[in-house]
Amino acid sequence: MREAAPPEFSGQVERWGPALSALAVLAAWELASRTGAISPMFFPPPSSIAVVLWRMLMGGELLVDLGITIARVIAGFVLGAGLGMLLGMVMGSSPRLGAQLDPWVAALHPTPKIAVLPLILVIFGIGEASKIMLAALGAFFPMLINTIAGVRQIPHIYFEVADSYGAGRMQTFARVVVPGSLPLVMAGARISANVALMLTIAAELVAAQRGLGQVIWFAWQTLRIEEVYAGLFVTSMLGITFAYLLERFTRWVMPWRSGVRNASR
Amino acid sequence: MKIECQQLTKVYEATNGPLSSLEDVTFSVDDREFVGIVGPSGCGKTTLLKLIAGLLEPTSGRVIMSGAPAEGYPRSSMVFQDHGLFPWMTVLDNVAFGLQMYGIDRAERRDRARAFVDRVGLSQFADSYPGQLSVGMGQRVGIIRAFVTDPPLLLMDEPFGALDSQTRLVLQEELLRIWGEYQKVVIFVTHDIDEAIRLSDRILVMTGRPGRILEEVPIPLDRPRELTRRKPAAVGEIKWHIWGLLEEQVRKSLWVAD
Repeated sequence: MREAAPPEFSGQVERWGPALSALAVLAAWELASRTGAISPMFFPPPSSIAVVLWRMLMGGELLVDLGITIARVIAGFVLGAGLGMLLGMVMGSSPRLGAQLDPWVAALHPTPKIAVLPLILVIFGIGEASKIMLAALGAFFPMLINTIAGVRQIPHIYFEVADSYGAGRMQTFARVVVPGSLPLVMAGARISANVALMLTIAAELVAAQRGLGQVIWFAWQTLRIEEVYAGLFVTSMLGITFAYLLERFTRWVMPWRSGVRNASR
Repeated sequence: MKIECQQLTKVYEATNGPLSSLEDVTFSVDDREFVGIVGPSGCGKTTLLKLIAGLLEPTSGRVIMSGAPAEGYPRSSMVFQDHGLFPWMTVLDNVAFGLQMYGIDRAERRDRARAFVDRVGLSQFADSYPGQLSVGMGQRVGIIRAFVTDPPLLLMDEPFGALDSQTRLVLQEELLRIWGEYQKVVIFVTHDIDEAIRLSDRILVMTGRPGRILEEVPIPLDRPRELTRRKPAAVGEIKWHIWGLLEEQVRKSLWVAD
């Protein structure tokens, strides 16, 4: 029989494993690129990408583009996810309205939102509004669908309890519908934030003067491959940051979800 | 407060036709009485409680309450199977929920809720969430949530059904203790004949669906009762009598599809 690794060791692996594997991938990439095993034209060594990224950050222009993209994503997310949540709560709590609107959601939701960009450009012009509207449109549906599901999955017993104490419509909404649907609402918020970022970048690629999408696009057009990677890196960091912040926020609004260590159920 | 149920009938509209849940149920409950209801599963016990609570409208018949509090004051509280505590509220907020619905201001409702939490020994769990409690603790909270609004009538729907027998005995004793102090009318639904006998002044035995009252069985035990003491021999007789009434009903209801 083989002996299991001592617990301290496996704990260390869990802790440092991801960082080590990332370092290993970067080292292999660096080596392969430097030796010409993969083309540095397409896969420049990470060290030179890092240098370019540093220079771009110091130049300050990249930070302006980053700020512009962040503002667009947040505006689109708040607008789209906010409306999605409101309508979702209403549709989820009213079976009749839900039944009326469900087919509309089913028809509109699967449309790839980026395909609507030309129409949005026509309606909202080429200014800031069109990017925000596209991000909002993308953020709207995941939030709407998750909120509807979140409200509908609330166990009936909680409505009965509220009812038995004479809770009115607004009280039931505030004390049962909102908190009861929150787990799925917050899952929807994470998807919405991601879609908002995706569509903002997509809109910036094709129809913007500034923003991370334009940074990447311009770098491609001028064949500065390191800058393409640098732009991608910042974009992905932005996505990770949004996800992290939402995760923290989720824990904060649902304190009953964290630290529930329970033997019974 | 006195309660009179007169010819209560409830018919549900199901997809495959009307489903008769209760039929011609008539009984009355005296002030400060503890009434147990036993019957085979699906006999409309829960429906009966909801009709009395006013959560459902009877198809025909009526519930008359005399000496009930004025409109806007709590008349009854319900204790649910599996406690029905809101997982997103702390123990204290759950207990205070009813008070909040009756418009009592925050400071007072928290004081009143805390007093109840303290007296059932859950002080250190006041700010915990229901998910952090054991099933027994959860049902304790469920019971004090019903008591804290101080209604004259308590409706209990198999509140101890999910508990192990020792915890159940302790909570039964606790319930009798609080009830003895506050002297409310209790209508207590259970499928456990022993439990019904231990707690009740009178037991209503119901038939299978549609539920009707088969017999009213008085329980001649003194109060206050000590549940862990040995019971008088008469209790055994009562138990076999009720089981004799129920057996046929239960067998019949086994062959009726839901």
